[in-house]
Amino acid sequence: MRPFTYERATKPADAAAAAVRNPGAKFIAGGTNLLDLMKLEIEVPRHLIDVNGLGLDTIQPTAEGGLRIGALVTNTDLAADQRVRRDYGVLSRAIVAGASGQLRNKATTAGNLLQRTRCPYFYDTNQACNKRRPGSGCAAIGGYSRQLAVIGSSSACIATYPGDMAVAMRALDAAVETVAPNGAVRTIPIADFHRLPGDTPHIETALAPGELIIAVTLPRPLGGTHVYRKVRDRASYAFALVSVAAVIQRDGSGRVAVGGIAHKPWRVEAAERRLAEGSKVVAATLLAGAKPTQDNAFKVPLVERTLAAALHDARNMA
Amino acid sequence: MDDREQSAISRRGVLVGGAATVAVTATPAADAQGVRPAPQPVTMPLTLEVNGKRRTIEVDTRTTLLDALREKLELTGTKKGCDHGQCGACTVLVDGKRINSCLTLAVMHQGDKVTTIEGLGTPDKLHPMQAAFVRHDGYQCGYCTPGQICSAVAVLGEIKAGVPSHVTADLTARPGPTNDEMRERMSGNICRCGAYSNILEAMADVAGVKA
Repeated sequence: MRPFTYERATKPADAAAAAVRNPGAKFIAGGTNLLDLMKLEIEVPRHLIDVNGLGLDTIQPTAEGGLRIGALVTNTDLAADQRVRRDYGVLSRAIVAGASGQLRNKATTAGNLLQRTRCPYFYDTNQACNKRRPGSGCAAIGGYSRQLAVIGSSSACIATYPGDMAVAMRALDAAVETVAPNGAVRTIPIADFHRLPGDTPHIETALAPGELIIAVTLPRPLGGTHVYRKVRDRASYAFALVSVAAVIQRDGSGRVAVGGIAHKPWRVEAAERRLAEGSKVVAATLLAGAKPTQDNAFKVPLVERTLAAALHDARNMA
Repeated sequence: MDDREQSAISRRGVLVGGAATVAVTATPAADAQGVRPAPQPVTMPLTLEVNGKRRTIEVDTRTTLLDALREKLELTGTKKGCDHGQCGACTVLVDGKRINSCLTLAVMHQGDKVTTIEGLGTPDKLHPMQAAFVRHDGYQCGYCTPGQICSAVAVLGEIKAGVPSHVTADLTARPGPTNDEMRERMSGNICRCGAYSNILEAMADVAGVKA
């Protein structure tokens, strides 16, 4: 690991200002992803700003009838919150479908959104990777790509966003609240938060340099039946091959977001409008324009089947 | 002050002096981006409460909690397996919660209360979970055992506190210490000897249920 200086921030705007004052600085909260990548020298921050003392660790009701989740609320605490379990079950389900108990105790709401890809070529510093070293190429294209993206990818990058929590947040239309180094606060819809790779796969989110996530807000509860269905190589503690977050209403309408297939949680509102026509039609609309590799072509039918299973679960639970 | 501390301090003195010399006289080594000089190692003082005792140490900012426990505090019960949060051998309790001590920096734990396997019980007075692991043969080589036991103690606490898991059927109901719940919650602890079924029996014994 490369040496770095370290400070503990006490106010969100001060933390953001410190990040622009110290070139090469990174925020650290739970650290479970960042520290892993620092050990491999994939991340090489010169300065760490510990944000754990910012006091952003509570979940509060909003005036609109939703919830405002502090950036530092842990995955465990968010999944266990009674209001989340009752009104946003898909979010609790998605969180407990990911990682291990130990990791969920450290992982934070903001940090989990910023979790980086698990593409094996991103992790192997001997390989070309446009995300790790812009302009070096993409060894994943034509390589071992079983885990990788089938849609929204580019000739520069076929990595996937690996998380579960954000897939549920996408279905719920959450919003990400941030503070800039100059103290300005803004709200980014989750749909715009993660980016597609395009020519700049190293730019993964809409965050500007130094901008710090302070909260994630959930709109008022949608009602309906909440399902998170995850398909992976082990029964527990593995990243998704495909996952489906679904909130289905009594009349059969609803929302679905898919994880494990793209550089961001994948949701196509036009596909949801066809829920009454069944999972085949919805999956075909969701995956229009998909460009799977030979290794991951299985994900295309798997999306349809996982969606069918999720809709089946929703009907049984309603 | 013993010899070891003496030599550690002199070495730090040399590092600091060396850094200053490099900055003045030599061309600084480029960093990964090839632009700015690479930073020199930085040490910081740190006080934490480990197994009920207040301990103050000086650590390189890069030191993980795991390495601080093993190398600085000489508590080698906590094991280093993968060093990437995948195996669970390094599991300890921080402020009562189980975490992977390999994936957290020591300097992030100023003032925290850390409990390691050495703090759960002693050879004369075993923690009930330690005694149950012995009774049910919940190990073979023993390398993963400290992490398994710390995790197992925390798992029963999490179930008692009503924290849901992936296998909890009803999110609005309280989970119980069933085999499925305990298995799912222990998935972050790998045992390559495969003592899983005996670990489960030990946990069920402590939870007062039948595995």
